Amino acid sequence: MRVVLAEDHALLRDGLTRLLTAHGCQVVAAVDNGPALLPALVEHRPDVAVVDVRLPPTFTDEGLQAAIAARVEIPGMPVLVLSQHVEPLYARELLSDRTGGVGYLLKDRVSHVAQFVDAVRRVAGGGTAMDPEVVYQLLARRQSPLSALTGREREVLTLMAEGRSNGAIAAKLFVGEKAVSKHINSIFTKLDLPPSDDDNRRVLAVLTYLNA
Amino acid sequence: MDSRDWIRDGLRAVLGGLIAIPLAVLNLPLFVLSLVTLLLSVVPGLGMVLFPLVTKLVRLRADLARRIAAGSGVVITRPYRPRPAAVLGGWRHFRWLLTDPATWRDLAWLVPGALTGVVLGVLTLAIPLYGLEGVLLIPLWIWLGTGWYGYGAIWPFDTVGDAFLSLPQGALILSVGVAGAPWLRWFDARFAHLFLGPTRNAELRLRVSQLTVTRADTVDAQAAELRRIERDLHDGAQVRLVSLGMTIGLAEEMVETDPAGARKLLTEARETSTAALADLRHVVRGIHPPVLAERGLDGAVRALVMALPISATVETALPGRLETPVESAAYFAVAEALANTTRHSAAQNAQVELWHTGSTLVMRISDDGRGGADPATGTGLRGIERRLAAFDGTMSLSSPRGGPTVVTMEVPCASSSPKTTPSSGTA
Repeated sequence: MRVVLAEDHALLRDGLTRLLTAHGCQVVAAVDNGPALLPALVEHRPDVAVVDVRLPPTFTDEGLQAAIAARVEIPGMPVLVLSQHVEPLYARELLSDRTGGVGYLLKDRVSHVAQFVDAVRRVAGGGTAMDPEVVYQLLARRQSPLSALTGREREVLTLMAEGRSNGAIAAKLFVGEKAVSKHINSIFTKLDLPPSDDDNRRVLAVLTYLNA
Repeated sequence: MDSRDWIRDGLRAVLGGLIAIPLAVLNLPLFVLSLVTLLLSVVPGLGMVLFPLVTKLVRLRADLARRIAAGSGVVITRPYRPRPAAVLGGWRHFRWLLTDPATWRDLAWLVPGALTGVVLGVLTLAIPLYGLEGVLLIPLWIWLGTGWYGYGAIWPFDTVGDAFLSLPQGALILSVGVAGAPWLRWFDARFAHLFLGPTRNAELRLRVSQLTVTRADTVDAQAAELRRIERDLHDGAQVRLVSLGMTIGLAEEMVETDPAGARKLLTEARETSTAALADLRHVVRGIHPPVLAERGLDGAVRALVMALPISATVETALPGRLETPVESAAYFAVAEALANTTRHSAAQNAQVELWHTGSTLVMRISDDGRGGADPATGTGLRGIERRLAAFDGTMSLSSPRGGPTVVTMEVPCASSSPKTTPSSGTA
């Protein structure tokens, strides 16, 4: 898997490169500022871009803007955005084109190497990886329609919103995949969402619903 | 303006003229009393009590004039020096009054103020009354068959036709009188402003004392803020980092002898590092929310509203980024106001509006809750006031019982730099 990395702190850039390389990824370019990202993406056409939100020269949300611009330039370009803090507002902007291949994670998640690499692969494969913190914030403010869900359904919804597959949810909750899809159907009925068999479309539907 | 509006304003002004006359007359005895007690102040013990008492009355009268002027749209700031901690009748109290120029300016106003008050008051009343006479009374008198009389431009009436001309003349004079009454009141207020407003010196002095208070508040708030940050770091991230170092050290020792145990410790260390980062994020959010640095007030308030448990809309019309300190103060003020809304108002919907008038940032937060908010009881609203005062900002609150509550905050500021981020168009 070929990766383009955008991170301005040398320590983290080297660390991420080492981590990804150790897990069978090839970091084809590692840039340290926002304007350099798009040309690198156009040149290398990687399987996934891993981008820090805050980059030079403005040190604001340069990385996020560059990522969104890249997805306009190269439609469907998988982008995983990393940040020291997460904002549902930014998640909404990343998800706004509804095509998937989007990730938005706290930088902290890097420490759980296996999960982080899994998220990178998921995004590269056109899936979604949403930070549990974002999902938590989204769930916290949407009390009323969610109160109709059972405790188990809420757990499933949380994991699904993070972008996990049925198999992963089943493994995490120690239940069968069949039970998981039953829960998911029930959630979709209760929230009045259009049913879909495609994993990723389903996740996007849930996130869009929570983010609205 | 609606015609009903100017009639209402006019009638109110005519009434104001009616009240102004006796009030103006009241100035004269106050003036005489002031002079007499001032002369008597050479008598030991007596004058030092009497003059301050009379001055108190004069100030009451002047304050009334200021309030009436405010009704005509002329704001007259109270110019008096702050009262020293001295008892009435003592030398210090007496000296405080004598050395305050405002005391003498009040005194100087009493007689000319009485004159203009009476003259303008009579004018305010007389013109509409004469108009009313033309409209109502003259036709009545003709009907009753009175003798020699005239009205307006026609003296005396020769024919019944002449007499009926008083009707349109009266109507014209009445409308001029009613429409002009607010202007006469305004003129009276301007005249009072000449004497009763603060001098340039007094204005500066008021400003200095105001700045002293807000500076002290700001310094206090800042010190408290730093203490809070220090405590948060000390009890949060620092403790976790120490424990992290310890756990890794232990794991290092166990790697050879007990690899399974070492692995467990490393997992623990990773979790601790995550917790330390969460702590740091929390502290950073309290100092300067990252989204505020990244998106400015506009984006930060949008992010804030997204996290609210109630439904809320945001409308902004800001020309670009504001100066950083103002931005930060404005953000925390909006955050506090919204926190109050969700905590106390039981509102279903809230609305945030931000706009810039060219010289002032205006923030309005309204909700459909139960109302009855009072800045005197809540520390939150007080805190907002203090926070904004450092920038000469103000907060006003309208919260009748039963709602709705509207908090309006204004901060004078220029909008500085143009947008530093390219607009994404997706916000």
